[in-house]
Amino acid sequence: MDAMDRAIINELQGGFPISEHPYADVAGKLAIPEADLISRIKALLASGMLSRFGPMYHAERLGGGLTLAAISVPEDRFDAVAEQVNAHDEVAHNYARDHEMNMWFVLATETPERIEQVISKIEAETGLPVVNMPKQEEFYIGLRLAV
Amino acid sequence: MSSGQIIDAVDRLIIKATQDGLPLDSRPYHVLAERLGLDPDDVMARLRTMLGSGVIRRIGAVPNHYKLGYGANGMSVWNVHDDAIATAGAEVGGLDFVSHCYRRPRHLPGWPYNLFAMVHGLDRDEVEAKVTAIDKLLGARVEAHEVLYSTRILKKTGLRLVA
Repeated sequence: MDAMDRAIINELQGGFPISEHPYADVAGKLAIPEADLISRIKALLASGMLSRFGPMYHAERLGGGLTLAAISVPEDRFDAVAEQVNAHDEVAHNYARDHEMNMWFVLATETPERIEQVISKIEAETGLPVVNMPKQEEFYIGLRLAV
Repeated sequence: MSSGQIIDAVDRLIIKATQDGLPLDSRPYHVLAERLGLDPDDVMARLRTMLGSGVIRRIGAVPNHYKLGYGANGMSVWNVHDDAIATAGAEVGGLDFVSHCYRRPRHLPGWPYNLFAMVHGLDRDEVEAKVTAIDKLLGARVEAHEVLYSTRILKKTGLRLVA
C-alpha cells in the first residue's frame, strides 16, 4: 500500500458520487487516470484492506430490526456457544471481548419483531441469558479513519 | 422507527444487487441498470432518494481496521448522568477517533453504562489515550467507565436482505 492507496481510502470514506462516470470524477480529484483508480480499488478489496465498497444501507430505515446483544459465556463453552450464535443468519457481527460479558454480537433482522424471536432462540439453544442493548439514540458521525 | 414502505420492490432489487458492492466499471450505475433491466437514470435517481432519506447512509469504502494496522479496537462504555446524555453523546460522537457512538439501555445492577463509543487505535496505548481524552471531555457528567477490547472476530458479514 502506498501514499496514493491511502489517499484513495481517505477520499472514498467520505462519499462516492452518483453520476455517469463516478470513478472518473474521483480520479480527477486525485489527479490519477480513471483506470488506475478502478484497478487500485480492486487490489485493495482483493488484499482485504477494504472490506467493502458500495452503498451502506441502514437496517432500521429498511424496516428491519437491529440490536447489540451480549452474553456471559463460560470459557470452556466459548467456542461451542460462538458456533451456536453464529449459525443464525441474523447475526451480522460477533466479537469476543475481554469482560465478564465476553461475547458481543449485532443482530440485523428483516422485521423489528424478529429480534426478540432470535434472542429467545439463542437463549434456548445455549441456556444462557442474552442481554439486549438496542440503541436508543445515535450520535452520528461519518466514520472516517485517517490512514 | 420508520416503516419499510419508504422503499418499493424496485429499490429492493437495487439494494440486493449492491449488497456485495458497486460494480468496478467506468459506469457502475449503468452496469447495475443493465443487470436489472432498469433505466440508468432511474437507478441513479433512486439511489439519490435513498441517500436523501437515510436508507443509504453513504456510498463509499469500508476500510478493514485490522488490515490497516489499527489492531486495537476498544468499546468504551460510560455511565453518563441521564440529564447530560444528549449533549455528552453529541460531543463524544463528534470526536474524529470515535467511529460509532450510541445511547443504549442500562441493565442494572451489573451494567450501569448507557453511552457506547467505539475507539480505534494502532495499539491499546493509543486507545487508552483516546479514552482518557473522552473522560476529560465528559468530566463530572460521568460516574464510571470501562473499555472492552475485542480479542477475536467471531463473525463479520454485512447487512443481508433475504426477501
